[in-house]
Amino acid sequence: MRTNDLIELLSTNVEPADRRRVTRGLGLAALLGAGAVLCVALLTLGLRPDLGEPGVLASLLLKLAFGGGIVFLAGGLLNKVARPGGQARTWTFVALAPFLGIALLACLSLASAPKSHWDRMLVGHMWLECLVSIPVIGVVPFAVLTWAVRRFAAPTDLVRTGALVGLVAGGISAMGYALHCMDDSVPFVALWYGGTIAFCTLAGALLGPRLLRW
Amino acid sequence: MISDEAELRRLMLAGLEGDATAYRTLLDQLSRHLRAYYRGKLSRIGRSQSEAEDLVQDTLMAIHTRRHTYDTGQPFTPWVQAIARYKLIDHLRHTRSSMASVPIEDTDDFEARDDHAGAESAHDLDRLLATLPEKMRRAIRYVKLEGLSVAEAAGRCGMSESAIKVSVHRGLKAMAAAISQGTGR
Repeated sequence: MRTNDLIELLSTNVEPADRRRVTRGLGLAALLGAGAVLCVALLTLGLRPDLGEPGVLASLLLKLAFGGGIVFLAGGLLNKVARPGGQARTWTFVALAPFLGIALLACLSLASAPKSHWDRMLVGHMWLECLVSIPVIGVVPFAVLTWAVRRFAAPTDLVRTGALVGLVAGGISAMGYALHCMDDSVPFVALWYGGTIAFCTLAGALLGPRLLRW
Repeated sequence: MISDEAELRRLMLAGLEGDATAYRTLLDQLSRHLRAYYRGKLSRIGRSQSEAEDLVQDTLMAIHTRRHTYDTGQPFTPWVQAIARYKLIDHLRHTRSSMASVPIEDTDDFEARDDHAGAESAHDLDRLLATLPEKMRRAIRYVKLEGLSVAEAAGRCGMSESAIKVSVHRGLKAMAAAISQGTGR
């Protein structure tokens, strides 16, 4: 095939391009993933029963804000990095801000408590459930987002794009798990939520080059 | 690799709006840049220059099917360069093993090619089209090869206009995939 023929073919009757397709596709995928996570969290784990008790709502909101902040920041970065050359003009480390925030709050919380309580604050009651649930539930938004990136975007840095997909998926999953989780100490959230979301990010970075090729 | 950013960006923006003439000019200019880029890269690593044209077409296809990913607030050149580089790396990864099994004398047999107009790849348009489902093939033939309007093509195929557009879009995506996987040669 002659290159000129290909150019002729591509430019004949060329349709206007839909410039908001990437943003819309990724946004829709995140919403779909969030909807699925909500269903899984409520149907299999169930909403925590003690929502009416004092202080419970505040700690639920803190967890949701942590997850939501991650989803918001990492989602915005993903929308840039998933485009050709986007990695060069994006400061990906901005996505660390929620982690630093929660770590700071955790340190303050530990500093204001006696050392003998630290164990319980960090380990909580359900650390194992948290450790398993967030990555497992995260598989759903990860799959939907991966599909959307492949279909609507065109990443040229697959490791970084994969990491951001994992980070967004982990954030969504953590928000869903927070509806069930009854461990309310800030250090617990920082350690187990932060740790599992970081794990999702690492998994995304490792899987990205395999899953996101186009 | 590219110096005339302002001009290319203008053409790209017009092309995104559906300006076929600007878009043709853009692809033509990009094809020259890409050809020079790939020939340079391939010869530097001791690979056959005959692969350059396959890569040029693969990249043009990618630019076309992913043109909506260009963020119009950003410079255009880095976007093209990122795709060109990505396609080169992908190509080298794909062909590493198969090229290793090709006798050395065969990898040197690049024929002298004119630097632009007649440059030809190993892909065959008819064979590429033949891999598509009937609907997509007819839509592409009418709208993209014969230059009929979408409305005329819709009349001939007995399909709605939006169905024709979707068929063209999907058909080109399928062709792009076939080109980058090296089927249809």
